[in-house]
Amino acid sequence: MARQGVLVEPYQRLKPEQVEQIHQASLAILSQPGILCFNRSAAEVFADHGAEVSPVPQPGADCWHLQIPEKIITDAVETAPKVVKLGARDENNCLILDGNEPRVRFASGSEANNWLEVDVDAFVSRRNPDIEVDVPTFRVEKGTVDRLAKAAHLCEHLDSWDSFLRTVNIQDDDITDDNKDVNKFFVALNNTTKHVMSGLTELSQLSNVVRMSHIIAGGEDRFRENPVISFITCVIKSPLQMVDDTTQTAIEVARRGIPLVISSSPQGGSTAPITEDGMVAQINAEILVGIALTQLVNKGAPVLYGSVPVRARMDNLYDSYGVPEFNQYNIDCVQMARYYRLPCYSTGGVSDIRVPGIQASVERLFSHILVTLAGPQYIHYAFGLLERTNTFCPVQAVLDDTHISMVKRFVRQPIVTADRISESLEQVRRVMGTSHKLYVRFVRSALRSGEIAPPYPFESKDTVDKTLLRARERMEEILSLPPSHMAEPVVDKVFQEVPGLLTRLRGS
Amino acid sequence: MTEDLLSLIKENVIQGRIAQDDEGFDEGLVGQPGASELTEKALTEGVNLEDIINKGLTEGMNIVGQKFETGEYYIPDMLASAETVGAAMEILEPHLAQSGIKSKGKILVATVKGDLHDIGKNIVSILLRGAGYTVKDLGNDIAPQTIVEAVREERPQFLGMSALLTSTMIHMNNTIEALTESGLRDKVKIIIGGAAVSEEFAQSIGANGYGADGFQAVKIMDALRNSMKG
Ligand code: B1M
Repeated sequence: MARQGVLVEPYQRLKPEQVEQIHQASLAILSQPGILCFNRSAAEVFADHGAEVSPVPQPGADCWHLQIPEKIITDAVETAPKVVKLGARDENNCLILDGNEPRVRFASGSEANNWLEVDVDAFVSRRNPDIEVDVPTFRVEKGTVDRLAKAAHLCEHLDSWDSFLRTVNIQDDDITDDNKDVNKFFVALNNTTKHVMSGLTELSQLSNVVRMSHIIAGGEDRFRENPVISFITCVIKSPLQMVDDTTQTAIEVARRGIPLVISSSPQGGSTAPITEDGMVAQINAEILVGIALTQLVNKGAPVLYGSVPVRARMDNLYDSYGVPEFNQYNIDCVQMARYYRLPCYSTGGVSDIRVPGIQASVERLFSHILVTLAGPQYIHYAFGLLERTNTFCPVQAVLDDTHISMVKRFVRQPIVTADRISESLEQVRRVMGTSHKLYVRFVRSALRSGEIAPPYPFESKDTVDKTLLRARERMEEILSLPPSHMAEPVVDKVFQEVPGLLTRLRGS
Repeated sequence: MTEDLLSLIKENVIQGRIAQDDEGFDEGLVGQPGASELTEKALTEGVNLEDIINKGLTEGMNIVGQKFETGEYYIPDMLASAETVGAAMEILEPHLAQSGIKSKGKILVATVKGDLHDIGKNIVSILLRGAGYTVKDLGNDIAPQTIVEAVREERPQFLGMSALLTSTMIHMNNTIEALTESGLRDKVKIIIGGAAVSEEFAQSIGANGYGADGFQAVKIMDALRNSMKG
């Protein structure tokens, strides 16, 4: 069994000929102006396979100019697997991402520095001291291992949250660049039985993280069948520059055949054209060159088409996720991935504002609905992210879970069959024969089969909006459940064989 | 004649046009000389350098500032104009020393070691250039020792560092220590910025200023400059 997500009838924003035009524009970009590559191995690999590669004099850094011929790209699109399995500690939670099937799964994301706590405070009216209301207040804390564990624990129990992508940057005093990777992966894996995905801080830690994953999966061979972890790399710095260290990470991960997201995140208006066609042509070129690299170092390496296009704000050039263009760019990228039949790691659900509330809900729901409709195989950033990905709020994640379940319900395929129609006609006739003319009798079976949406679970009955307070209660309820830790012997083995783990994490 | 040229320079700053290929806000500007060509022309015609800077570039930039304040201009407009002033200043620079006019000062900017985020740093650089500073951009992922050597060689009055990762902000501290060890710390005023850092962090590592955004960076630089004069 695998997690099913939701199958959609994809909304096609681009017409087939426009998809083709963008594909051609991306190829044109890869040939001229081409790519600036700051990684020697990548430059060599591309040169060996027919790209035109010439050194670019750059003070303090090695740099090459790459002109990528079409064949490298078409070959890569051919050899990259169309179906990628993301495993899980509980294999029933694995995800089978099929580039040919618009089945959507939802994941968290980012490496937010801030963790936003929602507190409850009582306020008394100045005009009428008899009136006292509970109001949510917000407290910004730092990301820590304990909070990462809490987020993974929430993920375990929230049904729409299909895969755990590290939510916060762990900034405890005993965390260093050298032990960050093993600890973040351990904490995540020890608190959720769902798939765990993350970026790598230090390439030198890759083998330790992989060793840990082998132990947890039950050995190297089992890990191949059930890769409980995967990696994300931002190989490209937009516009069109291959970064040295993340490119090296991509090469190493691809060589090992571990699932890998090649993600690019240009900002329309600052690091990419603001126009839809220009943005999509550029990001598509950027992702394709990353995917090509993985296929050149290891034909058939499992890879996801990672599109994170955003738009720059015009008042400060910060990234913006709440504007309509964000959705247009993202939907177009899903279509490009589908054109190549590659599984797509897409983006949705972030707000620009720092706290939960009306703006946050509007912004995130907008992309939750629209990007889901496009039918990517995986939507990251979908839980709890505020302040343009800089803040993760667990209460917001609880709300997102509910909202995503509503979106999933909405996008389900309509059932219109001859049988159903005749049943409905029968209902109409029968109800018209009654004096009350109500259909209530006929909803009962649908109500019990789960076909009918429940009411909004955080609804307020009086004139004070208590949504956040209720979601907070739900969060507390979940966090009081026992965590799904790994079995003792597995944890023991991990601690024996993987250096760098903090002993204080043994039980958490 | 001179007045016409100066007001054209000013107008091109307002329109954010560096060169003749650039578009502005008004129709039909492409093909007409931009601020660079006009500055070159003013130099050949012997227009007073201070007038070019004050009546052309600075007056233009002041109007851009007002338009930004009133919400008529957005950041991209502001940056296009600041970049235009920067380009014109680059043309004027070799002539300034001869005529005894000083730029507002030289600043080296860099994103620190291990950090590739440079959008913010680039914005700050453009705004500083536009405000009349000479900016030398060392790039991103710049090691403390490289910065020390650049400070030794370039002898700037200011050093600006940017960091967006919690894991790289420590290199600001390392750079300041390396400057102290090399005996160069009191030769430069240091300003830092970037989403990872804060006013408190700036104080804790002994930086002279913290810029939350590009405009604040310019204000702080101006204040530091004034304090140096005093
Ligand atoms: C000298 O004086 C001064 C004075 C003022 C100064 C100043 C200097 N410098 C800046 N200022 C100030 O003025 C500027 C103008 O107002 C402002 O500059 P800012 O730079 O703050 O603002 C810019 C105008 C716009 N903001 C930005 O440009 C940053 C936006 C976000 C989304 C971002 C981007 C775009 C990128 N990223 Co990165 N990225 C994020 C950012 C999250 C976010 N939403 O903010 C952040 C910073 N990234 C992060 C991460 C994790 C990463 N990123 C990485 C890569 C990238 C891209 C290449 C994809 C891209 C950079 C493109 C580029 N050319 O810079 C990787 C690291 C690469 C590296 N070694 O540096 C990678 C590690 C991801 C990976 N797994 O590979 C997170 C950092 C968490 C942490 N550990 O601290 C992050 C918060 C996103 C997140 N929530 O996960 C002020 O701060």
